[in-house]
Amino acid sequence: MKLGITIVSHVPEVATGLKKLLKQVAADVSITVAGGTNDDNVGTSMEKILTAFSTNQAEEILAFYDLGSAKMNLEMAIEMTNKKVHLYDAALIEGAYTAASLIQAGVQLDEIEKQLKPLLIKD
Amino acid sequence: MTLTVTNLTNWMNDFAKKIAINKQLLSDLDTPIGDGDHGFNMDRGMKAVIDKLKDEPKDLTQALKTIAMALISTVGGASGPLYGTAFLEMAKKSTSSNDLAELLTAALAGIEKRGGAKPGDKTMVDVWDAVIPEIKNHSLTQEKINNAVVATKDMVAKKGRASYLGERAIGHIDPGSQSSGYLFSALLETEGIL
Repeated sequence: MKLGITIVSHVPEVATGLKKLLKQVAADVSITVAGGTNDDNVGTSMEKILTAFSTNQAEEILAFYDLGSAKMNLEMAIEMTNKKVHLYDAALIEGAYTAASLIQAGVQLDEIEKQLKPLLIKD
Repeated sequence: MTLTVTNLTNWMNDFAKKIAINKQLLSDLDTPIGDGDHGFNMDRGMKAVIDKLKDEPKDLTQALKTIAMALISTVGGASGPLYGTAFLEMAKKSTSSNDLAELLTAALAGIEKRGGAKPGDKTMVDVWDAVIPEIKNHSLTQEKINNAVVATKDMVAKKGRASYLGERAIGHIDPGSQSSGYLFSALLETEGIL
């Protein structure tokens, strides 16, 4: 599929747990995760995010995150990757779930972004 | 006011020592208004910085980049991308200037862009913003650094974990401002920079 999803969370289990939830409605969507620091403690890792981008099978990635440093590390990783990545300040679970279901249904990016709009809760 | 590999390395060694001595205090400041890990995160980051600088970078740009990458990949919390971006912007600027005030001005612009914070938001930006003009005027003192750090105490946080607490964060010094205070104290004590 053209569009994929990357989930960034401070906690590895939150990231993998959300992927499990999304896979129920988006079996064919490439979903990669970056949870926790390099030693799997609470925090985020730019290196893990870059790996999540590079291992994602999709051409374009929709990225969702939980808190604070997750966004900053995401932005730095976006500056360093060659892939096209869209970053959304959406509520993590609802936003990623919405995007995953719509990608699975073959919906285009502009329409997905319209549906994400009411879910934007962070800046 | 010229930054060199040697005085930068001395500055970072002194900063790392201050962080190591005060890591518990920094994390304690971070406990009521954050996630309680600032001191330990910074200590891990600065230990990595000192370790990497032992490889003797060939020039100022490489030295600043080495510091940035060590912080970005080891700190884990928000201070990793923020301090990392500061040194990365200094590395970029250092290809055209080795003037400390110019480098720090580029660093502050990077921190503001990365974190989206402005002066008055109860973040490290408050200390950098207050200190840089003093460095430019050759008038930086420990007292001015302390005043900038303490000024964050009565602010309401607009960014970072403390922003979830609203007015409840009033009365607490911002931990990132405190660690930035140590950075500039170390700068003040490093011979041959200011």
